[in-house]
Amino acid sequence: MTDQNEKELKELLKQSIAPFTNTDLRRDLWPQMLQRLSHQPIRVPWFDWALAAILAALLLLFPGTIPALLYHL
Amino acid sequence: MELLQRFATGDPDAFEALFRQHQKAVYAWIVRIVRDAGIAEDLTVETFWRIYKARARFDPTGNFQGWARRIATNAALDHLRSSRRETELPEDLAGPAQPDSVVRGETREQLQRAFHQLPAKYRLVATLALIEDESYDKIAEATGISSAVVKIRVFRAVRMLRKTLQSLGVQMGAAK
Repeated sequence: MTDQNEKELKELLKQSIAPFTNTDLRRDLWPQMLQRLSHQPIRVPWFDWALAAILAALLLLFPGTIPALLYHL
Repeated sequence: MELLQRFATGDPDAFEALFRQHQKAVYAWIVRIVRDAGIAEDLTVETFWRIYKARARFDPTGNFQGWARRIATNAALDHLRSSRRETELPEDLAGPAQPDSVVRGETREQLQRAFHQLPAKYRLVATLALIEDESYDKIAEATGISSAVVKIRVFRAVRMLRKTLQSLGVQMGAAK
């Protein structure tokens, strides 16, 4: 395959798919951006999930610790 | 403190200022890849969302425009990957009609279809290099790969297009 092949195909492509000329932005996108920023999902780090799982498992395995835990809260 | 430094430390006003400064350039880059104004608008917002999330990793002494363009390219590439699964060809893929076109309508349609079927990473570089006439260096900077790899991808894209066209019975020399 030579540069000539590439040139030939490039010409064909340009005749079939024109370069995109209308690249002007039609409107300000800041309102959309603000909306996106305000809807950001609350992400809980994996470490917090792990800690919660360990705590839940401990409470299930040793229910007797629940009153002690409540007493200290 | 300078704007980029304020942005990197999470100042929302600095982010807004950067958004307003760069939204047109980011949109113009994306729309040339995805060739659809509505999708390009959504991807521009997606790009700045990614920029906002990655602000702590941004080096304030670096080039914001180049960094933004790379993130925009990745967002556009993700879109091309997901849209490739859809078989429908976008209506405005071809852009405005070419009045002096010498390619027959059937061949043009086959070429458009073959181009749309290219794997996303090849379609991205082929769009920028073969249709939009961007330099290999600029494409390399935007995609985060070397110019040599860009050249290889363009070469492979051309080969894939040629094969697809041949399988459809279109001979390159006879296409005109």
